[in-house]
Amino acid sequence: MNAQRAPYVLIAPSVIFLLVLFIWPLAETALMAFRTADGTWTSQYVSKMLGDLNFGIALKNTLILVAIVVPLQMVVALGMAMMLQNMDRGRMAFLYIWTIPLGVSDLAAGLAWLAIFNDRGYFNTVLSGMGFISGPTSWLSYQNPAALFVCVIIAEIWRATAIVLVILVAGVQLIPKEYNEAAEVFGASPWKRFMKITLPLLKPSLQSALILRTVLAFEVFAVVYALAGRDLPVLVGEAYNWQGAYQNTNVASAYALFILVVSIASTLVYLKVLKVKRETLS
Amino acid sequence: MKLKKLTLVTSLFIASMSHAQTNVVSTQMRPVEEAEKVRTIILKGAPDAVNFIPEDGNTYFTRMKAELGAAQGKVHATIALDGELSPVNQIGGLSDLDDLAKKLSSSREFSSSAMDLGKMGGANQRFIPLMTNTFQMVANKKALQYLPAGANINALTYVQLRDWAKAMKDATGEGKLGFPAGPKGLMHRYFQASFYPSHTGGIVRTFKSADAEKAWADFREMWAYVNPRSTGYGFMEEPLKTGEVWVAFDHTARLLPALNDKPADFVAFPAPSGIKGRGFMPVIVGMAIPKNTADKAAAERVIDHMTKPATQALILKEIGFFPVVKSDLSQLSPGVQMASQGMGAVFSAKDGRASLLPVQLGAKGGEFNKLYVDTFTRIVLRNEDIKLVLAEQGKLMDALIKEAGAPCWAPDAGSGTAPCPVQ
Repeated sequence: MNAQRAPYVLIAPSVIFLLVLFIWPLAETALMAFRTADGTWTSQYVSKMLGDLNFGIALKNTLILVAIVVPLQMVVALGMAMMLQNMDRGRMAFLYIWTIPLGVSDLAAGLAWLAIFNDRGYFNTVLSGMGFISGPTSWLSYQNPAALFVCVIIAEIWRATAIVLVILVAGVQLIPKEYNEAAEVFGASPWKRFMKITLPLLKPSLQSALILRTVLAFEVFAVVYALAGRDLPVLVGEAYNWQGAYQNTNVASAYALFILVVSIASTLVYLKVLKVKRETLS
Repeated sequence: MKLKKLTLVTSLFIASMSHAQTNVVSTQMRPVEEAEKVRTIILKGAPDAVNFIPEDGNTYFTRMKAELGAAQGKVHATIALDGELSPVNQIGGLSDLDDLAKKLSSSREFSSSAMDLGKMGGANQRFIPLMTNTFQMVANKKALQYLPAGANINALTYVQLRDWAKAMKDATGEGKLGFPAGPKGLMHRYFQASFYPSHTGGIVRTFKSADAEKAWADFREMWAYVNPRSTGYGFMEEPLKTGEVWVAFDHTARLLPALNDKPADFVAFPAPSGIKGRGFMPVIVGMAIPKNTADKAAAERVIDHMTKPATQALILKEIGFFPVVKSDLSQLSPGVQMASQGMGAVFSAKDGRASLLPVQLGAKGGEFNKLYVDTFTRIVLRNEDIKLVLAEQGKLMDALIKEAGAPCWAPDAGSGTAPCPVQ
């Protein structure tokens, strides 16, 4: 076959595979949000979702989690990446330890933190051992929503910072050392070097990490489910309940589409705000 | 030629292998340990090789519907809750088992009420009952000293339960009464099995009655003495084992591990009674044969084996579900015997008011359960106005039942063929 057509022919099997086993079921599921079992178009499922007891709360909780967790993780991961950059001995060991959470499943991470924050868990054991509390204190209770949020945020940061770290470490390594050395020669302080050289050159990586982390953050589920259960509704949790417990796939599909729309909207916002000029992409 | 022979022999071998096994799809006995026990212990004496296939209750109906679409089904028999078999029955997926029922009844004594439930409201037998269970309460012996004066634990009233919970909280500073109100918990069954029948006498008709309003107000008051971690409990055996909770309500199968672990520490007893009696819910698991089964005789042999008195006693010993056939239970562990006695007390309570699983709702059963839990969330957890919440949720329930077209079922008084009204 001629060289022009070869790439398309070689890629065709995986494209067909994706279309049949991924795109087609995805399209059918998306349509389920607007179509009844016998094919009539309807908005009853979307209205059911919007009018549900937990919809507003789930949306609010998800937005709060995203708004708090994502910036915190970006800052923490950036700090960790810069530290790694300036290390020579033990660099690999630290990188390995910091990316261990990547290999842990969401739910396993949630359950591990549940064992820590539970009424009779490790955290309370340490606190009572040091004399700060007298008996089991409930950190994960619906009666204390602030504490519940903080616990979920801590667990999420522990679990998911590694993904952002890996992207930023790769991005930092791409920055040529000469710029920093030249700036040092000219007497720029470390902070100025960071703000004027490193950050702007890191913009493409920051953009990728932000988009990836935000989209994943809108889908936060397993950690919240393990720690808070019914007390902290989130969007994906509600979709899960509508599909599993309430057996109404149409409304679950409406939730899934809603999450998709929100994720796409936030991605477009990032692309606009963090516009990466063509020239900076060598 | 050699390759042709090889393929012929291999395909015949594979074909013979697939025909040799009887496939049983089951929504019960799914956890890994239980499924292993089914395969190695319970099915040991079965006449054929049985392929025990656990299936998630949430995806059961989707799977059965797909299997029924095949010209020759791969599923020989199926085990599920009567509430899970109901939507399959509604689409005409289960074959009539009247002959099998008659044949089996000649060699063992089935519970007549369980056999009746197997007709699923129709004229023909659609499932053979396999095992039964119910909801009851368990108390740590440490809690017994706080029982109100004159209270008989086997005949508690809701007022006494409230006083008991208050006494425990005052003494220990923690809520020691627990309910399975977590995402995996069966809280909706609590309302359908005990709360509504005991306080109002019905579960649909009386959903927003004056009795219901008072009952919710009392429950909200009692919730101050309940462990707030209840909104995270799925299986009450866990907090019972750790001592976080001393008194709990749950499905017997979810209380049994605690009873088996430390039988000397616990007592089992029926849920309390309200002004309208002592509500309870008998749960029935049945075996049915899909209409397009590949081998009806093989399926019948498995059902025969599973309902033998010896197998029934084994099921109780290994899994913790109770027999529907008269069997000898004297050899069982103290924990199981305690649960069995508790169950007996539930079923034989003089003021008992049976509440059945909502079977006619089919696929809408999930949303029906959601209504009770949402009502609980709004009234008890979010402190909303009781009358308003009951009015709004009652409207949703009315719409749901009309959409499903389900007539009233026990404990509500019958409504003929009309959908059950929320009065």
